[in-house]
Amino acid sequence: MATAAIPAGTKWWNGGKSPFNLSYGKMMMWYFLMSDAFTFGAFLISYGTIRFSANYWPDPNHVFNAFPGMGHANLPLAFVSLMTFILIISSVTMVLAVHEGHKMNRKGVEKYMLWTIIGGLAFLACQAWEWTHLITGDHLVLVNGEVVPMGTTVTQNPWGPESGVMHDGHMVNSPGPVAFGGFFFGITGFHGFHVLSGVVINLIMYIKTRLGHFDQRGHYEMIEKAGLYWHFVDLVWVFVFLCFYLI
Amino acid sequence: MSQSPASSEISFVSHHDDSHFYKTVKKVTIILSIVTIIELALGLLIYKVGHGSHTTVLIIKGVVTILSLAKAFYITSYFMHLGDEIRNFIMTIVVPLLLFVWFIAAFLIDGNSWRNLRNTDAGSRADKTEQVEKAVLPGADK
Repeated sequence: MATAAIPAGTKWWNGGKSPFNLSYGKMMMWYFLMSDAFTFGAFLISYGTIRFSANYWPDPNHVFNAFPGMGHANLPLAFVSLMTFILIISSVTMVLAVHEGHKMNRKGVEKYMLWTIIGGLAFLACQAWEWTHLITGDHLVLVNGEVVPMGTTVTQNPWGPESGVMHDGHMVNSPGPVAFGGFFFGITGFHGFHVLSGVVINLIMYIKTRLGHFDQRGHYEMIEKAGLYWHFVDLVWVFVFLCFYLI
Repeated sequence: MSQSPASSEISFVSHHDDSHFYKTVKKVTIILSIVTIIELALGLLIYKVGHGSHTTVLIIKGVVTILSLAKAFYITSYFMHLGDEIRNFIMTIVVPLLLFVWFIAAFLIDGNSWRNLRNTDAGSRADKTEQVEKAVLPGADK
């Protein structure tokens, strides 16, 4: 072990040493991610607080039940599970890219980074479709005694409780809590922005790998740091998925 | 144990041999997928029993939350290799996260209290404002 080579009485915390046996960049990436976890945590907890304070909240199974190309088929959770698996798989390809980096295998790093980038872009495309579907998909809502079409935006929510009024043989909803759209678009948007910046970072790493920068430097630690960020994006999605779609 | 090419102060350990690494990644991927599928099944179960017992729904939601925490553990510990770091470093990450225990409890209890106030007289101040107006009006007459 390395400890055998260290002289007795070494003062680990006096500077010039690495007590955690970790490079500065990697350690600070961890601390940045911890602070980012608190940012996301605060957002999700404020959403929870508002939801707890409301007597009625829309059932996610009714709001998120569409799938591209399936028309009006009722498919609760189907599309979001696809998004979840895309992110898990892109996390796996990132682990493999980091491992190829440890082995100093440039071709392997290039291959898996490319797959990770494709996974990230696929996730963003899914999110773009879902947002468009929610914002432009009109639902009939009873407002001040009138039945009007309404999409899901940060100011409008058509997913309220049943109003008791029938229209064309369907029960019409009342408007739901407005905060629903604000929290949904705000938090999934903040996560989507993390995915976007992760894709950009991964793209830069891919280009630097292709240019041989890491071979010149003698190590692929940058891939590890980008990987930490990418896994964190997947980690946050676990909780966004939990809070908005499952419960 | 060789020196890391990144820094002379860091010992570079290739944590596991190749076959062990691929075995771990495969195992964790399968665990994450299965847990996600169970979560989706429970989500659909909430959809089916949504109009049933309130306690049943709460229990299912609790189980889904615990499963998500398990997924978080597998991602950080194996994909992010936090489990391979020095114990003291793991503690500098994990111990501050304990703040979430207070954070979640305090704010959800606060939200719940708001709902209780909303549903009782304590949430409406209509009577009191009326009294204030009455108290002010005679003075305005003078």
